[in-house]
Amino acid sequence: MTAAVQPLDDSEFPIHRYRTDFPLLGRRVRDKPLIYLDNAATSQKPRQVIDVLDEYYRGYNSNIHRGVHTLSELATEAYEAARKKIQTFINAASHQEIIFVRGTTEGINLVAQSYGRSRLGAGDEIIISEMEHHSNIVPWQLLCEQTGALLKVIPINDAGELDMDEYKNLLGEHTRIVAVGHISNALGTVNPVAEITALAHAAGAVTVIDGAQAAPHTRLDMAALDCDFYAFSGHKLFGPTGIGVLYGKQALLDAMPPYHGGGDMIKMVTFEKTLYNDLPYKFEAGTPYIAGVIGLGAAVDYVNDVDMDSIRDYEHGLLQYATDAAASVPGLKLIGTAAEKAGILSFIMDGIHPHDLGTILDHDGIAIRTGHHCAMPVMERYGIPATARASFAFYNTREEVDKLVTGIDKAKNIFK
Amino acid sequence: MFDIKDLYQEVIVDHNRSPRNFGKLDPAGRTLEGFNPLCGDRLTLYLNLDDDHISDISFDGHGCAISIASASLMTEGIKGKSVQDAGTIFTDFHELLTDSARVIDLAGMGKLAVLAGVREYPSRVKCATLCWHTLRALLAGDHAPVSTE
Ligand SMILES: Cc1ncc(COP(=O)(O)O)c(C=O)c1O
Repeated sequence: MTAAVQPLDDSEFPIHRYRTDFPLLGRRVRDKPLIYLDNAATSQKPRQVIDVLDEYYRGYNSNIHRGVHTLSELATEAYEAARKKIQTFINAASHQEIIFVRGTTEGINLVAQSYGRSRLGAGDEIIISEMEHHSNIVPWQLLCEQTGALLKVIPINDAGELDMDEYKNLLGEHTRIVAVGHISNALGTVNPVAEITALAHAAGAVTVIDGAQAAPHTRLDMAALDCDFYAFSGHKLFGPTGIGVLYGKQALLDAMPPYHGGGDMIKMVTFEKTLYNDLPYKFEAGTPYIAGVIGLGAAVDYVNDVDMDSIRDYEHGLLQYATDAAASVPGLKLIGTAAEKAGILSFIMDGIHPHDLGTILDHDGIAIRTGHHCAMPVMERYGIPATARASFAFYNTREEVDKLVTGIDKAKNIFK
Repeated sequence: MFDIKDLYQEVIVDHNRSPRNFGKLDPAGRTLEGFNPLCGDRLTLYLNLDDDHISDISFDGHGCAISIASASLMTEGIKGKSVQDAGTIFTDFHELLTDSARVIDLAGMGKLAVLAGVREYPSRVKCATLCWHTLRALLAGDHAPVSTE
């Protein structure tokens, strides 16, 4: 197998050292060394994150923002320190723009229900794209039902790229919200979100960016993107499940009504009137997932140490290598061949259903995802029920790609 | 040790490649659709009953090799049988896949026994039983499509 010249490989990127940080990567599955290629579903966790969760529960577990006692102060400090880390990580203007939510899904729903429901009415338009994850489709459909707004969809071309001309046509005086993914989980396409945002702003609309797949692969820069809202999940960024971030521009968040009511999101409650808390607490009702926030902070420290630019460059080489390897397999067809891609190799095989391939690979300890990837409209666009998807993290190696190809060959042998 | 070829046996690969009783029955006394929303497998059963005998049965649709082969083997295994016998075969087959403690008379199950390897893969049991659940609903006279979820 030959591969094109790569920007970074193992020799420049101490991947084997990084791999030892992830205890789970050392395990065996079905008596074979695990090859974990389902990172788009969720990533594995470094011990630096696992340890921080352990330290919190063993050392200073307590509720935040409520106590004068030492443990509560320690927990509050760690929780707010994580918020500042994330602010820096995504280059947001203020820590008040960082809202902790359960994940990307909740972040998008928050924007739809708080921003959308208070501002949109009949005849207003929301633009999404054909490649969205269900979590960036259904919240907008709900909002449309509630407000009478209309959903418009940017089509994609055969390579899996947005049709930007059609996007420009769809934008108009009724457009209020443009919600698109930064990187597609089904196709791997990297969308031009800065350009999409600039065009939306020129039309007077706000943008909501689904960053679930972008956070682990590329440097996030809210100032440069200039998007109005951006959501991502901790668990895809080597942090815990159940915690994520919604970024929103402060002026917008300030003007929005709360999403959930409860403790922590208020300044004063009487039965006549309740005074809401300041940002970001207005959107963090109830006891949050404190350990999760602290763990996400540790995950951000971890990827900062590795360096997001190195991760991007290394993964770029790895994906190029995997793409070339896949091209050498007769009967394999890539789904998603955009010029700008990251992290994801989605494909189908002649005569082998993705689920059978997934089971055969699992038998060799290789974990991939098969199915519609919560993007049924994408499957419909390509006229297929499902794809097989290998998705990479910076800890994956070219040897693992080689084993994937060997596994695919084995499946072809069984079905020949 | 369990080999992957114990799951994808020659018989399964063959029934996937050339499914038996594949296509519409025309006319069909009863028709019912079954689908697995998790993986998108979708099949339709066509059935003609002669008193309480399954005089003819066929299917079409798409899915993984396990679901296609299972449907093919099912139609082959129950054609000409009484409704009651088909029910007994289903019970045995289901337990073969899900109840590892139970000793099943594999010889009595005929070719269906080749699907026994599926029990090693709990996430795939639904692939093998989709056609059977659809059959049971069809025999019960249901009209609503059958879903595995
Ligand atoms: C593109 C994309 N958007 C949204 C989500 C939803 O993320 P979560 O389930 O963490 O809320 C995912 C994850 O599956 C995704 O890949």
